[in-house]
Amino acid sequence: MEWLFQPWPWFIAGPIIGLFVPALLLAGNKPFGVASNLRHLCSVLAPGRIEFFRYDWRTLGGWNLSFLSGIVLGAFVAVTWMGSGDVALSEHTREALTALGLHDLTGLVPREVFSWPALLTVKGFVSIVIGGVLVGFGATYAGGCTSGHAITGLADLQVPSLLAVAGFFAGGLVATHWILPLLFRW
Amino acid sequence: MKPAKHVALEASALHSPRASSLVYVAIGMVFGIVLVKSEVLSWFRIQEMFRFQAFHMYGIIGSALVVAAGSVAILKRYRIAALDGELISLPPKDMGRGYRYWIGGTVFGLGWALTGACPGPLFALFGAGVPVMSVAVVSAIAGAWLYGYLRPILPH
Repeated sequence: MEWLFQPWPWFIAGPIIGLFVPALLLAGNKPFGVASNLRHLCSVLAPGRIEFFRYDWRTLGGWNLSFLSGIVLGAFVAVTWMGSGDVALSEHTREALTALGLHDLTGLVPREVFSWPALLTVKGFVSIVIGGVLVGFGATYAGGCTSGHAITGLADLQVPSLLAVAGFFAGGLVATHWILPLLFRW
Repeated sequence: MKPAKHVALEASALHSPRASSLVYVAIGMVFGIVLVKSEVLSWFRIQEMFRFQAFHMYGIIGSALVVAAGSVAILKRYRIAALDGELISLPPKDMGRGYRYWIGGTVFGLGWALTGACPGPLFALFGAGVPVMSVAVVSAIAGAWLYGYLRPILPH
């Protein structure tokens, strides 16, 4: 049981993540994809007169919102009772992030950027608020995120998902190599 | 005959909305645990991935994809039904002119690297004790709302 409390290697975690696709299909013919929940939450909280948000979210998205609440609970369970140390980051990444001006590479996220006081700094605000808006806008525009396109869509050999995943990486590379070095100067 | 009866019982249990939502909460919990234990929800791991400095994230996404693709192929090949009896199917994504996929995908990628989290990890980080991520969650919902608002004028 000791392994349960250590970080899980990719060859354990990856196949388990892949199994969520057949698990949800078998449980009720549901497609694995977290991003739809952002649309469902808009439909719950503020549909307004927007046609895109005016549908029966309980019927179409109830299962996925349940799944989402499970994610939050599961993450809580894992950090609380299943041990979690610092990320065993590669030496090159440590050097690169130190060069960006980060001093504290412990925990799940850099506290210098992702904390309440940091929210009021330029890099904190852009990373948390602007980054969040881009994630929500982009995933909903593209009709899926990493789970919906990169795993479910590609597993079903859908060409649109390949296009979306190419976009995910293009955007991620631009932000990592061009935007972060400018942003972290503040 | 016994296994068939067993399946039918489970199916009727799942027809009750409360029982079925508990099933999805349970499946979600396993996903949340995996996101933490594999460190997929870590901003540091996402940086490592976009800098091509470790195999970890590629191994996870790649092996997840292989397992998912194999499972979908089997489910379709043998025309397996879900627990409620519905034949399993994945709705095809509408290609349109393709704009929504590459433009939306690129915008999402920018946000993925900035927050260090895609939607699952965004919510999971909140559960994992990074309360400021609630602001990122609200921002992501606002972003989705903004898309819904602008949808009539965006290319698809």
